[in-house]
Amino acid sequence: MSAARPSDAPGTVRDLPPVPSTSRTSSAELSVRQRMREKLKAARTKAEITLSQEEPSPHPRRLKGIRERKPGVRLDKTSDNDKFREVPESESHLSSKVKFRDSVKKLKQKSTFQNDFPSEEEAYNFFTFNFDAIPEKMKAGSRKKNGLNEEEEVEEECVESHEDEQEDEMDEDMRLVKDDDLFIRETDEDLVVMRPVDCGKEWFGDDGKILALPNPIKQSSTRPPIFSLEEGIAPELETVYRKTIKMTSTNQYFVGPGDFQGLFQLDIDISGLIFTHHPCFSREHVLAAKLAQLYDQYLARKQKNLTKLLTDKLHALRSAVQYSTEGGGDGVPVAQQSIPEYKMEIREDVDQKSDKKAYEAEIQAEIKELLEECMEEYEKKMEEYKTELQDWKLWKKTQKSKKKKKKKDTHVDEESEDYDFGEERIKPLPPKMANSLEIEQQVRQKADSCRRKPGEPILVPELTLLGSVTPTEQCPRAEVLRREDVKKRSAFIKVLFNSKEVSRTVTRPISSDFRVHFGQIFNLQIINWPESLKLQIYETTGISSTTLLAEVFLPVPETAVLTGSAPLEEIEFSSDQRVMLDHEGVGSGVSFSFEADGSNKMTLMTSGKVSSSVSWAVGEKGIPLIPPVSQQNTGIPSTIVIQLAFVQDLMPKDKVDVAALSAVPVTAGYLADSNQAQDLALKNVDAIASIGTSGLTDMKKLAEWAAEAKLDPNDPNNAALMQLIMITTSGEAHVPDFFRLEQLQQEFNFVSDEEFNRSKRFRLLRLRNEEVAEFRNYKQVPLHEREISEKIFQASGCLSSPLVDPIQCLHMLPAVFQDYEKRLQERDVIDSKNYLDEHRAVVASYLQKVRESVINRFLIAKHHFLLSDLVNEEEILSLGILGLGLFKLAEPKRPLRPRRKERKKVTAQNLSDGDIKLLVNIIRAYDIPVRKPVTSKLQQPSKSSRSFNEMFAASPSAQSPPNNPDWAFNQVLVRPFVEVSFQRTVCRTTTAEGPSPCWNEELELPFRAPNGDYSTHSLQSVKDEVFINVFDEVLHDAVEDDHERGSGIHTRIERHWLGCVKIPFTTIYFQARIDGTFKIHIPPVLLGYSKEKNVGMERGYDSVRNLSEGSYITLFITIEPQLIPGESVREKFDTQEDEKLLQAAEKYEAECTSKFPSRQCLTTVIDLDGKTVFITRYIKPLNPPQELLDAVPNRSQTAAELVARYVALIPFLPDSVSFAGICDLWSTSDGPTAYVLTLEQRQYVIWNPSTGCFYGQYDTFCPLQNVYCLISCDNVSGFPIHMPYSEVTPLIEAVHSTGVHTIDVSNVEFALAVLATKMVAKLYRNIQLCLHPNFPNTKNPESYSLTMTTVLNKYYSKECIQLGKQVEQATTGCLQCPVLAHVVKHLDRDEPDTITAGLKEPKM
Amino acid sequence: MAAPSVFLLAVSGEIESGEFPGFDDLYCKFSFVYGQDWVPTAGLEEGISQITSKSSVSPTTLVWNFPIDITFKSTNPFGWPQIVLSVYGPDFFGHDVVRGYGAVHVPFVPGRHKRTIAMFVPESTSRLQQLTSWFTGRRPEFTDPRVVAQGEGREVTRVRSQGFVTVSFNVMTKDLHKLGYDVPAAEGPGPQGFHGF
Repeated sequence: MSAARPSDAPGTVRDLPPVPSTSRTSSAELSVRQRMREKLKAARTKAEITLSQEEPSPHPRRLKGIRERKPGVRLDKTSDNDKFREVPESESHLSSKVKFRDSVKKLKQKSTFQNDFPSEEEAYNFFTFNFDAIPEKMKAGSRKKNGLNEEEEVEEECVESHEDEQEDEMDEDMRLVKDDDLFIRETDEDLVVMRPVDCGKEWFGDDGKILALPNPIKQSSTRPPIFSLEEGIAPELETVYRKTIKMTSTNQYFVGPGDFQGLFQLDIDISGLIFTHHPCFSREHVLAAKLAQLYDQYLARKQKNLTKLLTDKLHALRSAVQYSTEGGGDGVPVAQQSIPEYKMEIREDVDQKSDKKAYEAEIQAEIKELLEECMEEYEKKMEEYKTELQDWKLWKKTQKSKKKKKKKDTHVDEESEDYDFGEERIKPLPPKMANSLEIEQQVRQKADSCRRKPGEPILVPELTLLGSVTPTEQCPRAEVLRREDVKKRSAFIKVLFNSKEVSRTVTRPISSDFRVHFGQIFNLQIINWPESLKLQIYETTGISSTTLLAEVFLPVPETAVLTGSAPLEEIEFSSDQRVMLDHEGVGSGVSFSFEADGSNKMTLMTSGKVSSSVSWAVGEKGIPLIPPVSQQNTGIPSTIVIQLAFVQDLMPKDKVDVAALSAVPVTAGYLADSNQAQDLALKNVDAIASIGTSGLTDMKKLAEWAAEAKLDPNDPNNAALMQLIMITTSGEAHVPDFFRLEQLQQEFNFVSDEEFNRSKRFRLLRLRNEEVAEFRNYKQVPLHEREISEKIFQASGCLSSPLVDPIQCLHMLPAVFQDYEKRLQERDVIDSKNYLDEHRAVVASYLQKVRESVINRFLIAKHHFLLSDLVNEEEILSLGILGLGLFKLAEPKRPLRPRRKERKKVTAQNLSDGDIKLLVNIIRAYDIPVRKPVTSKLQQPSKSSRSFNEMFAASPSAQSPPNNPDWAFNQVLVRPFVEVSFQRTVCRTTTAEGPSPCWNEELELPFRAPNGDYSTHSLQSVKDEVFINVFDEVLHDAVEDDHERGSGIHTRIERHWLGCVKIPFTTIYFQARIDGTFKIHIPPVLLGYSKEKNVGMERGYDSVRNLSEGSYITLFITIEPQLIPGESVREKFDTQEDEKLLQAAEKYEAECTSKFPSRQCLTTVIDLDGKTVFITRYIKPLNPPQELLDAVPNRSQTAAELVARYVALIPFLPDSVSFAGICDLWSTSDGPTAYVLTLEQRQYVIWNPSTGCFYGQYDTFCPLQNVYCLISCDNVSGFPIHMPYSEVTPLIEAVHSTGVHTIDVSNVEFALAVLATKMVAKLYRNIQLCLHPNFPNTKNPESYSLTMTTVLNKYYSKECIQLGKQVEQATTGCLQCPVLAHVVKHLDRDEPDTITAGLKEPKM
Repeated sequence: MAAPSVFLLAVSGEIESGEFPGFDDLYCKFSFVYGQDWVPTAGLEEGISQITSKSSVSPTTLVWNFPIDITFKSTNPFGWPQIVLSVYGPDFFGHDVVRGYGAVHVPFVPGRHKRTIAMFVPESTSRLQQLTSWFTGRRPEFTDPRVVAQGEGREVTRVRSQGFVTVSFNVMTKDLHKLGYDVPAAEGPGPQGFHGF
């Protein structure tokens, strides 16, 4: 074959670019297909080029045609040539974009099919026309066009004669073409995509992509940096700090920790580097490179067999048109629509496909088609014309009628009239009828210009590089310099894996033909999923200077690509480097010209190809070192997103780029296992086929397709795709914007969550660990699942389950899952069955919830420890206490008055059943009801029916013992004994005699903790009570016969219940001991018994020893051994109170404590919700029910009693029971130790709001002993009796400032505060006293009767009197509503030290 | 035979001796602390030793040789028993004062083991406290010796180490392996590390 050799080359013989691999054609089918499609498009485009021959000056028109019709189609490089001719100034642009098709490699293969070679001259002409420096571009264009046609004809010939020799992979595409469906689908693709508008053509390259440099950012700055920061910087120049975006994928190890399965290895083979342009290229080199490139393209075209393909397509289209028109498909709209489309297709293809034999027929057919088209056009235009004419006529008429001129003819011949009137409106012109001759002429002309004439030989060019290089000596100096420069240059390549340099090639000199051979294979053993593979091409000049020429990204290979089978691929690169040289080299980025006069400049950029291959290595045993897909869970989504984004980038909305689309199967390929890769890849291809390529960029379409195609979402093959679809359809964020804590938690989990929840044992253990009440003390959780009876969850009894060890069952019994679950279920269900009305049920359930939440809070608080929780440390003894101790030493011994000694406290840890005993010491009782004489009808009025007057004024005189036989018989008034029952154990004392018996007996009752758990919190929750019942032992003479009386005694013993005292165990536990006198609860009516009244006890208010009407018993109760009571929780709770108020209260409290250490002042309490509440919020005056007041209109006292009764009827739950000693919790109004002081008829009455009982001011047995804290609805203070008035003000101010209490007259509140502080005696209302419920103990027996007086009078009287009037004036408005308050209190030895006060209920 | 539903842990051994430099006439209390799933089936859970004095033979060692022998059954290795020791002795004024607390887990490997437990006592919160407690003989004590066997709340205390106690254990287990709990092979007898602190 003859070599195409530029005649103007200065004598150097140059080689073609290398032919690296002939195995190209046998590479993956996919790549071939994609190339085929590429070529198909290119050929189609070319068809258009040839089509646009109708114009006399074909070139602009042709280009326009391209833009209009197929701009999105990727053009083959031949179109670049057109571009050169058409737009010379863009030449430099395009030349930098020039890509060498790799089809050179098929040179040898293809050449075997060529039978009809062109002459050397033809080939020469063909290849050199483009590069000849021809001044007139028109000329160049036409010549080039000829060349093109020649080339195509050559191809066609080739196709024609060797059709049956097509390679296998060609057959598939042939079938594709023949298959109508597929074919149409393909054209649909074309139609779907949008085409860029004509005006934007200079923005797009021939491949439809936006013209751009490979990397638009220059390596070096192109403008001088701005140094001054202060001086006005244009806003667009200001630097903005942006946070570094961390690559999320950097941590995507595809090997989980712990199961490292071995190495995975990528082999990167870098074989060499070829420059298609280099600064050191001489002009000859440039031309040679161009020639080589063209030849490359020619070969590629030939191999793709494009001509044949397009011919077939044309045939298919024509037959389709035939079918749809003839087959009576007129009615079918689809067919109607498709006809123009087919025709369009035909128009695209028609001019190109004339055979040698069918040349004439082809022309005729084309003429016919053109005629048809023209006819259609004509008809259409005719229609338009008619309508326009109609319009025009109408308009004309109106004009005419206006002007009253001559009438209008309906015929068409009125042109003259139009001119007459000089109308603005021009009469429409009828369309021209197409001239068949003209058309024929056009067609023929076009065929002549661009087609091989029938009978002309087909020219086949071949490029060889056989010329010899001119020796350096013979070259001009500039060329010598150039060669020397080339020799100085060398290149190397860095390999970057995930943006990290992993290796680099040796530095090799650039040879004179601008090739660099490396031939190095790098084995990358990787642990990260490859995100990117990059080659950086460096050029070194001389010794030191190294420049980065370009970066080339390598695709991550599919899992099917293994070392050995991987073909070498050539990846093009180009650089925006600008090099000017002072020798023959043309430089880069510098315009130069082949012309003598320097016109027709072109600028080339450094570019080239790297020949390399990437593949997965194969291990020793032939196992590919590919990471399994299942371990890429984290890696896949981002990868596929990146890939698809890449696809999107490549397709600027309107572009069908099959090559780019192939990225999807490639991506999918490495998602799957190697054996599944093809499968999934095919599915992806199907996806493309079914939803169109643009659909791929639209995730919704993709999702729809996935839904329609019934992709199995559970199929691991589809996992990645499904996930991708899910991610992209659910939101735009591909990259999770959250930070996952403990991302490895799942791996470390003991069992899965489901299993954990399913397992009864685990549940049990967890509930116990969470200290859920039912399970807190559950012992010995069974080891086996089966041993945990279902019944635990469902029913209380587990004994019925045969599987369960009875012993364990006993353990299980207390742990009632059933209760627990029921409780959980019923938490929100209000069960009204157990309650009288719905409202109560609601309240009860609310209360239950409150309790739970509070208990939970305390459980948490319990895990906070203070030093005192862990370490017992003696308090530092103050000197005063030391002195007191010394004084006590000097005290006279009183052996007859034994004292109770402090015992060593025992921790509950090692206790078991039977270790703990409850010691109840029954000492004595007062005022036990006495038996009434049987005959006596006198009924003692019940206490509640007695009036104040009765109580405080005159009282019935003491009863004298009745003088009757019965009385004589009985002798004694009563023979009481005490029976104590606790936890089903009953003990009794001996029988004493008289209404004030003295037993002095110690009873011992065993204590058993619930579930055998003697821990503190368990003991705190014991709900048992100690019942102390007082009975009268009555002896009945059972002797029937008086005669027998002498001989024997026969009596019957009866016990008559008189009353009882109940003491909760928790009280004993917390107080360590109960020591005092308690009122015996005696029923109001006790048949047969009456109270003995002390003579002289009724002496009005002044009476100091006014006995109350109750009966009392003195007890001492303790636990043996002494247990350490649980500490109350010192947790600070949430609050809604103002911080300032709390601080003031705290300060105040601290002051009080420092002044009166034995007293406790409370300013805040915890309410139902477990929140800290300022104490006064609990006290609020309310109006009592009007009915009560109306019941006894004029008797305020009776009304007061009624109200008290009413209040007493308000149900409540003792917190000591419900909260089992957890804390002072003010959730309800609590119990028997709450008192309210009111002033009635100028004397003080102490009310017990829970019973409605009242006590007189001087009542001896009134439980009032000490006053610690007075709380009104407005103020806490009250209590610090000695505290100077002024010190309370901060608190008052704080109260004011918060607006907790708003009273219109600020004076009132202020006055009340004063009152509370100093004037108890004059206080009209709302004073709660924190009281000790029991009597003063034996230690100071003489003090108790005086307590009340002491407290109230001693300290208050004087000031009260002084301030009385003033206060009265101030508070008149508030006096109407005395308030009942409940005072919760704690018992502690001799002195009450814990006082809390609470509740509020209206009274009168 | 049906699969067992509990496993047994038999511990015997003795509280051998203690080293408390500067103290004499000490006695030792022990008790076992164990989780909720554990039940002692036989033996003493707690005990108190005799008072022992130093001898001229070994002037640093206080020998108790107090036997321990207890068997537990359990369904759950969680809460494995610990032995809690507290050593008391008279101070200058003759008050009984705590000389050390310590705890160690019962070894879970069957065989004979020796454990040396470092003992510690809580510190007074201030110098003055220290002085007064020295006078009164009421040194700071743990409210409950079992706090040394738990981790909760320890952060609020300050302790001072004070002496060592050596305990030997002979451990046997039954059905532990059958229930799926693996323990390594029995350790050979030999000196073991310190435990405590």
